[in-house]
Amino acid sequence: MEWVNVLIQGVLLGGLYALFAAGLSLMFGVMRFVNIAHGDFIVLAAYLMLSFVTFMGWHPALGIVAVVLVMGTIGYLGQRILLNRVLGKDILPPILVTFGLSIILQNGMMEVFSADSRRVSSGALDVASISLPGDLAIGAMPLLMFVVALGVLAGLHVLFFHTALGRLLRATSDDAEMVPLMGGNKAHVFALATMIASGVVAVAGIMLAMKTNFDPSAGPSRLLFAFEAVIIGGLGSLWGTLAGGVVLGVAQVVGAQIDAGFQILAGHLVFLLILVVRPQGLFARMKG
Amino acid sequence: MTTAPLTRRKAPVSLIAIFVTIVLLAAAPFWASRGTLNMLMEALAFLALAQMWNLLAGYTGLISVGQQAWVGLGGYLFFALAMFSGLPLLIALPVAALLSGLIAFPIGWIAFRLQGAYFAIGTWVIAEVFRLIAAQFSALGGGSGISLSIDVVKSLATSRGARDMVMYYIAFGLGIGSVMIVWLMLRSKWGLAFTAIRDSEPASESIGIRIRRVKFMVYVATAASTALTGGFIFLQKLRITPDAAFSVNEWSAFIIFIVVIGGIGSIEGPILGVILFFTLRSFAADWGSWYLITLGALAIGVMLVDRQGMWSILKSRGVPVLFKTTRWFEP
Amino acid sequence: MTPHNAFLEIRNLTAFYGDFQALFGIDLTMDEGDTMAVIGANGAGKSTMLRTLTGLLPSKGQNIRFAGAAIAGQPAHLIHKAGIAMVPEGRRLFPSLTVEENLSIGASGKRKGPWSLAAIYELFPDLHDRRHHGGTALSGGQQQMVAIGRALMSNPRLLLCDEISLGLSPKVIKDIYTAVPLIRARGTSMLVIEQDIAQAMAVATRVICLQEGRVSLSGRPEDLSRAEITRAYFGFEADEPDTNEPAREML
Repeated sequence: MEWVNVLIQGVLLGGLYALFAAGLSLMFGVMRFVNIAHGDFIVLAAYLMLSFVTFMGWHPALGIVAVVLVMGTIGYLGQRILLNRVLGKDILPPILVTFGLSIILQNGMMEVFSADSRRVSSGALDVASISLPGDLAIGAMPLLMFVVALGVLAGLHVLFFHTALGRLLRATSDDAEMVPLMGGNKAHVFALATMIASGVVAVAGIMLAMKTNFDPSAGPSRLLFAFEAVIIGGLGSLWGTLAGGVVLGVAQVVGAQIDAGFQILAGHLVFLLILVVRPQGLFARMKG
Repeated sequence: MTTAPLTRRKAPVSLIAIFVTIVLLAAAPFWASRGTLNMLMEALAFLALAQMWNLLAGYTGLISVGQQAWVGLGGYLFFALAMFSGLPLLIALPVAALLSGLIAFPIGWIAFRLQGAYFAIGTWVIAEVFRLIAAQFSALGGGSGISLSIDVVKSLATSRGARDMVMYYIAFGLGIGSVMIVWLMLRSKWGLAFTAIRDSEPASESIGIRIRRVKFMVYVATAASTALTGGFIFLQKLRITPDAAFSVNEWSAFIIFIVVIGGIGSIEGPILGVILFFTLRSFAADWGSWYLITLGALAIGVMLVDRQGMWSILKSRGVPVLFKTTRWFEP
Repeated sequence: MTPHNAFLEIRNLTAFYGDFQALFGIDLTMDEGDTMAVIGANGAGKSTMLRTLTGLLPSKGQNIRFAGAAIAGQPAHLIHKAGIAMVPEGRRLFPSLTVEENLSIGASGKRKGPWSLAAIYELFPDLHDRRHHGGTALSGGQQQMVAIGRALMSNPRLLLCDEISLGLSPKVIKDIYTAVPLIRARGTSMLVIEQDIAQAMAVATRVICLQEGRVSLSGRPEDLSRAEITRAYFGFEADEPDTNEPAREML
């Protein structure tokens, strides 16, 4: 029974990783653009949540809306003003610019919030759990996160396959050069894609803030988890990222069960194993 | 097409400048203070790392943010050999590099399954795997690391002055050697291969396979020489921990910023970058995180203004090229 | 010479790919309702001209006037809004969109006009049955119909077609070209690049021929002799022995 519990924990953790991954996957899908600062933006969102709710005492619901709005705005403007200027055939400038952003964000957050690790308390929700028959217990918080992750992915699915904007984003993913010939302003479409991805990043950061302690240097490992979930799931597949997140989450929780120091390593090793045996990922839709 | 002797006769200034610099650096133990010597050692080691990253990213287009894997692996293998194999330190250093090169074959085989920016993040995952594995080895101190024992250090040379001297010349060899190797490589048929990579990525299937092979060999070679430098760096530090050995800030962020700000895709760029980096650092010692923020902003600025960096700006202002790599048709 | 308020007026158009100059001062005037065929050998600059016209290839300080407004140097999506749509070479459908989605995405400019999904399905009935298929699961000819329909969905005043017969069988080409008069009948002017000179001459009201980035001939199809066209196309006389072969193929 203990292992069933472990498995459930892993699956639920996978929801959070899918949320980490969705923004990264979306930006790559639409623009073939990989944001090395992705994890740091997740941590930035976590700090925004901390500032609004803990420091300024706002209601959590208001905090969530504010974080999503602020991150979305940063995403739109950042893409329009900075990142659009370095997109192109040459992969060095986008990597370098986002790597530089990552260093700036980490150290900037260090200056503002210090290196202390923080957490946003969600009160009774932190410790509540649901008991199931057979000695199983599911934490309310992990379950809530998983449900939120499913909700966000479902929302993205509807956006992508049932709206005009989603159609335009899929078309951009197929052939961005053709988009202006359809009357689409590429710079604006790209910025919208980043805005949506940043909204997802905001939700991921809020979840991170409520689930664990975080500090300004927590970003890179979140980037790596997100990246691993994307590759395991297969490039360009929305639901694949959920599968990738779950595989990664289960691997980590099982690893932690073997040895506490083995948690993260187990996730990385499963990722490398999948890269060796199935480099296109579990549900590939797109060529890298 | 042999105009090379002609241009050599026409532009001896650059050769004289290179020669004078080498002589000055070679004589450093006789003119520099201990502090200066230490700084030069560090700078020469950084130069070696920067030249290797530049060779990888600037000439073959493989952008890695995981070169700390090889710095750390070189350091750890060197410590293991020095402490447990009984090999003399000066033998253990190249052996550690050689072993790292061998390990780079299967590691590269995995990393090469990813492309572009995903390759970059993949190399970072691999470096993290190395770090986490190093932390599991209790014989090497686990997570808290280990120091070289006094006896082992003394086997290098008994007096401190003599040790400094030996260490300095290792650093000298690494720094100058990396520049010379890259220069010779670019002037050989490899240089032509790099041009082919830059100009005609997927030209044809057969060329594609050959380009892949060249890239792979460059990846392995830079892994080995980065590991050699890593071994030296931790010999100088005398202590190694997983976090220091596999630090992404120290061995990737700094190195990448040095190359990019100095000028990627040129031999002069990394040299300029190292000089800039150490000059800025001497002013910014107490800036704390603002120093890193400044470097990050500078790198972004370079990408927005001129991706060829400071060297390109100097060149356009008429500064002569020091390391000529084109073998014909000099203007 | 021509009134200043011509429908499309290009003066002294040049274009570069890096250091390579592809167009050397093209002059062209078109009236509303015209179907102009642009012919010329490979590399003559036909596609470059269209790419410049649509804004895909940046043009600075050029003199292109369309429907009374200067459009040179404008970004492609604004030129599209002004009423110029293109059927690109190689069709370039969006593979992950269905036929209907491919068509609908063309309508994002929201210009009013005769073209709607229903009108496109009326023009190309084949597409209606396959409207929920993936855009690239169709035959080459049907894909070309989608590409034309997609461009028409924006209700353009000027439709640019780049090699719409390329890679298609003669029967399919004939089917596609039967649509041209129907499109024209609804008031859409057309600029058609065509390798198949006979086909081009059959539908065009005006012809221009490009040769090495310059206009080598222009006029009405009925006024032009075969010899003139051949000379303009190849740059030499057709009756030279070694040029008979390609000339016969072309005409």
